[in-house]
Amino acid sequence: MNQSIGGVAITPELLLFGAVAGAATLCAIGVVAFNNAIRSALCLVVNFFLLAFLYFTLNAEMLGITQVVVYTGAIMVLFLFVIMLLNLGGLSLLVERRDPKKYLGILLGCGMFVLLGSQLLPQLVSVNAKTLDPEMAKFGGPEAIGRTLFTTYVYPFEAVSILLLIGIVGSIMLAKRRI
Amino acid sequence: MNGVPLAAYIGLGMIMFTTGVVGVIIRRNPIVIFMCIELMLNSVNLTFLTFARYQMAARSSDALGMQNSLMAGQMMVIFVMAVAAAEVAVGLGIIMAIYRLRDSVDIDELNLLRG
Repeated sequence: MNQSIGGVAITPELLLFGAVAGAATLCAIGVVAFNNAIRSALCLVVNFFLLAFLYFTLNAEMLGITQVVVYTGAIMVLFLFVIMLLNLGGLSLLVERRDPKKYLGILLGCGMFVLLGSQLLPQLVSVNAKTLDPEMAKFGGPEAIGRTLFTTYVYPFEAVSILLLIGIVGSIMLAKRRI
Repeated sequence: MNGVPLAAYIGLGMIMFTTGVVGVIIRRNPIVIFMCIELMLNSVNLTFLTFARYQMAARSSDALGMQNSLMAGQMMVIFVMAVAAAEVAVGLGIIMAIYRLRDSVDIDELNLLRG
C-alpha cells in the first residue's frame, strides 16, 4: 500500500493503531461525560486495557502486563469498592448543574490541545520507529526490567517502597473510626 | 509498530491528558475527578514509553545509550504506577472520611478551606 495522507504512508499498522486509539479516546471522553460513576469506572477499565495493548506494540511487554494487573486489577477494584461503599445511588443523582464553569472548562481544554498540538505534532510526523534487532527487543521483558530495577534504580525503588508503606499506614489511619 | 509515526502516539497521549484536565475542571463528583487524574497519569506513561521506544530513530550507533534510555522510560513508568497506587489509596481514604463527616461528597460544597 502506498497511499498517504499528509506525507504519512497508510500502513496496516497505522490502521490498527487508529482503531485502538479511537476506541481509547472514546472511552476517555466517556469517563468525563457519563453522569453515573459506575459507567465512568467501566469506561476507564476499557481505556486501561487498550493502553496495555499499546504498550505491547511499543515493545514494553512487562509493562503491558503490569498495567493490566495493577490498574485494572487493583486500582479499579478499589474505585468500584469505594463507589459501592458510598452507595452511589445517591451520588449519581448529583445532578450536574448548568454553570459557566463547564463550558469554560471545555473551552480551556480545547485551547490547550490546539496550542500544544500545533507546536508539537508537526515536528513529530516524520519520525518513525526503527525495527528493533532481536538483542534490543529483549529489553521490554521481565528479566531486563528486574535487573535494571535492582541495580541502577535501586535507590528510587527503595524510596518508592517507603512511599507505599506510608500510603498503606495513612489509608488505614484514615479509614479506621477509632485507632 | 513500525508504520506508525511518533506524532500518532503523542497525539493520543495529548488527547487523553486534555480529557483528564477537562474532567477535573468540570465534574463535581470527587471519585470521577480521581479517575480523571488516573487518566492523565496514564497518558504520561504512554508518552514515556513512546519516547523510550522512538529515540532509536535518533541515535542508532550507540548501543549502550540506546539500552539505557529504553530502560529509563520503562523505569519511570513503573515509578509513576507505584505513586499512582499510593495516591489512590490515600485519596479514596480521604473521600471516605469526608463522606462519613458530612454525608455528602459534592466537591463544590466542600469549601471549609476557603480563605
